[in-house]
Amino acid sequence: MNVLYHLDDATVLRYASGDLDEAFSVVVAAHLAMCDQCRRAVRTAEEIGGQLLEAEDTPELPIGDFDRLMQRLDGADGKIKAAEPSVRHAPAGNGGDVPVPLRRFVGPSLDAVSWKVIAPGVRKHAISLSSQSASSLYMLHIAAGKPLPEHGHGGVEMTLILSGAYRDELGRFSPGDIADLDEHVEHQPLVEPGEPCICVVATEAPTRFKGLFSRLLQPLVGI
Amino acid sequence: MGLALRVTQLPNDDPPERLAQMHRSLIARVAGNRDREAYKALFVHFGPRVKALMLKAGADHAQAEDLVQDVMITVWRKVELYTPERGAVSTWIYTIARNARIDRLRRNSSRAYEDLEGMDLPSDDPSGEDVAFASQRAERVGQALAELPDDQKQIIELAYVHDMPQSEIAGTLAIPLGTVKSRMRLAYGKLKVKLEEMR
Ligand SMILES: [Zn+2]
Repeated sequence: MNVLYHLDDATVLRYASGDLDEAFSVVVAAHLAMCDQCRRAVRTAEEIGGQLLEAEDTPELPIGDFDRLMQRLDGADGKIKAAEPSVRHAPAGNGGDVPVPLRRFVGPSLDAVSWKVIAPGVRKHAISLSSQSASSLYMLHIAAGKPLPEHGHGGVEMTLILSGAYRDELGRFSPGDIADLDEHVEHQPLVEPGEPCICVVATEAPTRFKGLFSRLLQPLVGI
Repeated sequence: MGLALRVTQLPNDDPPERLAQMHRSLIARVAGNRDREAYKALFVHFGPRVKALMLKAGADHAQAEDLVQDVMITVWRKVELYTPERGAVSTWIYTIARNARIDRLRRNSSRAYEDLEGMDLPSDDPSGEDVAFASQRAERVGQALAELPDDQKQIIELAYVHDMPQSEIAGTLAIPLGTVKSRMRLAYGKLKVKLEEMR
């Protein structure tokens, strides 16, 4: 995959040190599944953690701790065995055009995603996360030639293109490209003619009322 | 039991490369034949370090000890996933500890990280060159860290060891969030330069 737009170095370090919440870590992992360059970058950033762990100078643990560990291993017997990597991933399935870290939420195929129309030419699929994340994660399906909707929030966002392409002031974003933007960056992406653009977006929680009334209003004001 | 533990304990005054090599062979023994002596040696070396990491991340003693157990069980369970060309054993164990920290201390989810565990880079083959490169890389990263200016090193340590969110680092040091990010980028840029010198 010919990826042009990559993760910000600060994001690489935050991912490697575990500082992204679930919505952002899923989008980053989905990009990593499509991008060797950033996977290499994360590996280097994780090496920092390894070196810092090695440098910890600490007293020994009590002997009993190892015995307790072995008891757990022996006691669990059948339960704790070697992991089977292939089993933990969703099967490739028909098409298999959804990056692995997203398959748990939407399955292996973009064709099978269920969309909800939120504006003419704009469809959305909200993803519910497994942890209590302050940020939100959703997919967008935008018709060819249409602008991406205004997000109307001041927080950080990350957009990963899965299919189709859009263009904005920064350039042309196609599958695998990630827009990892600071909150100040103003941009108005326009989907390229020809085919719809499907992307996955993580956004920081908007600073607005969390009351029932505003939650009822939220679908009306868009995203 | 106490004596046995001392016998298998790794000498701490080893040069880093010999230590890293020893860790790799211990892991290979656990992966190859579930060697419990090798596993114990890994526990003796990494257990206290993981505990220290968890304490600095805000866990209490009981919690930190539980996390050590969880991390070491994952080491046993996933030992086949470790390959030397991926980097140092300490790095692999760090990532397991980080994931445990995400799940247990941050009450977030590390599943996205786990989804990528089986995925290898195209150049990752078991050739000796890659292994040599990987072990050199760990050492270079260590050197680059030691050479960082204090203000950059501090931010790296707050993030990686103290598990402090980016916004909290900004608050604690009374600097803008943008400065935290730019120091992270500067520190990482230096690592990259160090690694490029190797090629
Ligand atoms: Zn990338």
